[in-house]
Amino acid sequence: RAGFKFDNVKRNELLGEKGYGLPTATKTGTTIVGLIYQDGVILGADTRATAGPIVADKNCEKIHYLAPNMYCCGAGTAADTEFTTNMISSQLALHSLNTGREARVVTAMTMLKQYLFKYQGHIGAALVLGGYDVSGPHLFSIYPHGSTDKLPYVTMGSGSLAAMSVFESRWRPGLSREEGIEMVKDAIEAGIFNDMGSGSNVDVCVINKGRTEYLRNYSKPNERVTKEQSYKFKAGTT
Amino acid sequence: MASLKPGEVNLGTTIMAVEFDGGVVIGADSRTTTGPYIANRVTDKLTKVHDRIYCCRSGSAADTQAIADIVQYHLQLYTAQHGEAPTVKVAASLFQEICYQNKNALLAGIIVAGWDERDGASVYNVPLGGSLHRETYSIGGSGSSYIYGYCDKVFREGMGKEECIEFVKNAVSLAMSRDGSSGGVVRLAVITKDGVERMFVPGNQLPPQYEG
Repeated sequence: RAGFKFDNVKRNELLGEKGYGLPTATKTGTTIVGLIYQDGVILGADTRATAGPIVADKNCEKIHYLAPNMYCCGAGTAADTEFTTNMISSQLALHSLNTGREARVVTAMTMLKQYLFKYQGHIGAALVLGGYDVSGPHLFSIYPHGSTDKLPYVTMGSGSLAAMSVFESRWRPGLSREEGIEMVKDAIEAGIFNDMGSGSNVDVCVINKGRTEYLRNYSKPNERVTKEQSYKFKAGTT
Repeated sequence: MASLKPGEVNLGTTIMAVEFDGGVVIGADSRTTTGPYIANRVTDKLTKVHDRIYCCRSGSAADTQAIADIVQYHLQLYTAQHGEAPTVKVAASLFQEICYQNKNALLAGIIVAGWDERDGASVYNVPLGGSLHRETYSIGGSGSSYIYGYCDKVFREGMGKEECIEFVKNAVSLAMSRDGSSGGVVRLAVITKDGVERMFVPGNQLPPQYEG
């Protein structure tokens, strides 16, 4: 039988009352962005994953591979973004082999939105999808309930308002590669420093005609300082 | 009836469609919100489902996009099978079927408008419960509440294309300034037997009105 099973709801409620609550799913808090520049699209993301108030991963990868010409940033529930993007990536590979053509961004968008809509928002994946195909560069934002927006610049996640303020004051059509990357970096850093759900490093991904560059940890504005003392214990201490 | 789930993207909205001799003029604002945040300030809520048939979407963004995609698919199939374009009535009927049969799960207020060979210009309103109403002009969305009086007073039968465009532009603009969930730019489209002409009025070029 397909679909979610709600059999354990009553049991979990009872356990919750007794003090054995459910563990919180790791959320990516997150600042993710995308923008269209002269030659293509640039995606950006922070690298902090949170489980409630705790940082679960200080350097996670939020820019997911979908196809050689398409990447997808994910905010929301980490497992949902990971599995959803993997699933559609797999379907796209088969689609590409079936059609004998490079996958189009609108195809990935349609697959993602129809999948998320089917689950009525229960799959907490908020995505920024960007890529370059035969019809040019495309950038979409996709919400957990399955709605999409096609825009020249987008931000998602808890740090989206901080990042959007950077884009709204600086974006214009026809940005150069350097300007675009700098703007994406600044937008993510706005999220990292002003949003508690985002932090650590900046990942960037530049996609243009025939070429994708995944720049992992493009900027590391939060490196740990060299410790003033060495806390190494003598061998044989314990 | 369904209500928006927390975090769901809302089309808030002011949408409108007006019939004239030879075609229809449709219009909408461009604001999409998630709670107090404007997720998209330049949304296109006038969605093509066929060459001369458009729908104006209000309510849940996800629901209305999904419904419009399904109707677009059905109309494409209809054209392939019948060898001719469907009528606006057929399109409206498809919207009704989906909205009525799934009324508990959907939040969608849709206005279907267009031109076809058989009936000429038509406007159909499919509100929340999934009923179907053919009207000479129709308004919808949260912003429409503020312009019922204006529209009833200003609308006349037999208006020409240019007059209808001004009517829609003014009405949507007035709604946008009073409804928090409507705003941005005014998008218009004129659908006639010769095709679709799309127009756009930026937020700072809206018709003058009393601002206080």
